[in-house]
Amino acid sequence: MSDYNFAYLDEQTKRMIRRAILKGVAVPGYQVPFASREMPMPYGWGTGGVQVSAACLTPDDTFKVIDQGADDTTNAVSIRKFFEKTAGVAVTERTCEATIIQTRHRIPEDPLTEDQILVYQVPIPEPLRFLEPSEVETRRMHALEDYGLMHVKLYEDISRHGEIATAYAYPVKVEGRYVMDPSPIPKFDNPKLESAALQLFGAGREQRIYAVPPYTKVVSLDFEDYPFDPSKAPHPCALCGAEDSYLDEVITDDKGSRMFVCSDTDFCASRRAAGHVGVAGAEVPA
Amino acid sequence: MPPLLSVHGLTKRYGARIGCADVGFDLYPGEVLGIVGESGSGKSTLLNCLAGHLAPDEGQVIFDTRAEGPRDVLQMSEPERRMLGRTDWAFVHQNPRDGLRMRISAGGNVGERLMAVGARHYGDIREQALDWLGRVEIADERIDDRPSAFSGGMQQRLQIARNLVTGPRLVFMDEPTGGLDVSVQARLLDLIRGLVRRMGLSAIVVTHDLAVVRLLADRLMVMKDGHVIETGLTDQVLDDPQAAYTQLLVSSVLQV
Ligand SMILES: Nc1ncnc2c1ncn2[C@@H]1O[C@H](COP(=O)(O)OP(=O)(O)OP(=O)(O)O)[C@@H](O)[C@H]1O
Ligand SMILES: [Mg+2]
Ligand SMILES: [Zn+2]
Repeated sequence: MSDYNFAYLDEQTKRMIRRAILKGVAVPGYQVPFASREMPMPYGWGTGGVQVSAACLTPDDTFKVIDQGADDTTNAVSIRKFFEKTAGVAVTERTCEATIIQTRHRIPEDPLTEDQILVYQVPIPEPLRFLEPSEVETRRMHALEDYGLMHVKLYEDISRHGEIATAYAYPVKVEGRYVMDPSPIPKFDNPKLESAALQLFGAGREQRIYAVPPYTKVVSLDFEDYPFDPSKAPHPCALCGAEDSYLDEVITDDKGSRMFVCSDTDFCASRRAAGHVGVAGAEVPA
Repeated sequence: MPPLLSVHGLTKRYGARIGCADVGFDLYPGEVLGIVGESGSGKSTLLNCLAGHLAPDEGQVIFDTRAEGPRDVLQMSEPERRMLGRTDWAFVHQNPRDGLRMRISAGGNVGERLMAVGARHYGDIREQALDWLGRVEIADERIDDRPSAFSGGMQQRLQIARNLVTGPRLVFMDEPTGGLDVSVQARLLDLIRGLVRRMGLSAIVVTHDLAVVRLLADRLMVMKDGHVIETGLTDQVLDDPQAAYTQLLVSSVLQV
């Protein structure tokens, strides 16, 4: 049936992307330009991540896609279906079974392993963009490690809000060298950027790929008197009782009742399957 | 005492046109050098070549660095030159928009150089920013305002604070009072003079306004068509100009 090459992209394009990935792995946190291809989905739907996944997938892989931690959003479902169709790979919703996980906005709660690759969809790869609109200048700043401006952003945060108010896409320094935007994950996830898994970041519209190899040092930027705080809502998950997971607030009925539940749906379901129950766990079916 | 800055045979061409040609001078610690000349005489070209913003075609710019003594700035690597640019050197642009970050608060503007050289304590940075805003006569409560909400004179004073906060030894100024109202100019000049004297700064000030050099500069260099045609102590040059062109310059300005 297939009119496509394996995983949609032709072999030459995949080789080009793999070269960019290898360069990214060799220079952790450095944004490698690549010739982004048109994908059969609009920008903003993770075309950068999809191209990186396509270049990494092999027929033996098991693929998982999450969007804000969930496997069942439109975006996640369509990307998963896309590779089911174009690569014929196995898919899963279980973090521990997946060999490649494409994600938007979250890092799975369960620690990843050396046998896994986490692929991030990145909208804006340049952490200095908000402060310095010129691409030529931001490249020079990276080249010369001229990162004072990054702390100016944090300074502005504190002066305006009394604390570092950046809650997503919180900037990090990778292996003591490049300042990197970890994509719009919550800062709660930043500590998980130091991982056993290979992490790859793809920005389609901006045509950049970057990487954090396994066991790379990743430090969230801060001030001595305003240290980085990953912060967490002061509740356990209402469904599984987890106290250490990132929670989403969900509205449970038309009277506006709310509860906080794990944003990582697989993590929550696994805990409930293992017998953990939160305060609302009995009332809400798993 | 060795010169802080020693310039030899500095030449910059724009294609066939001369920007500045064969400029040489010594600047000693604590000294303020004025560069005057009509529009197009090469003042900005020279200043930008000295400050490392433009690459000259020939010449040497030898700076007495803290760590290693005299070194030719033009032979330094880009990171070394940049480091100099945010520590020992300062550059005040004529247009404050070129020297400020308009979308960053006044405090952030002043703190940037501190953070660029490794300051990582918010409270300390803020304290120093407040101190410097005070020194350039900007009220404490404006620290979180953006410079776009400031008057032209305030913007220029903020630019000066932002530049001086790291205690530079050499300040380049290109028409620091240009584009401001006369009364604002006078106040700014007073302020600059006070800071320069108190901090013992060395400075190179480009202007076509002889009143500015009269007030600020110890020595004067007169430029025409890219060449230095006369140098000397400021009062000497202004009161007893030797070159015919300088005589013209002095008399025409005095008549204005
Ligand atoms: N980027 C450029 N390309 C070509 N020629 C230039 C350039 N910049 C300056 N020049 C020329 O070099 C000469 C010196 O210009 P410069 O801007 O240094 O003069 P200036 O003394 O600063 O003048 P002003 O008082 O108007 O600021 C002029 O003839 C000018 O036209
Ligand atoms: Mg000029
Ligand atoms: Zn849960």
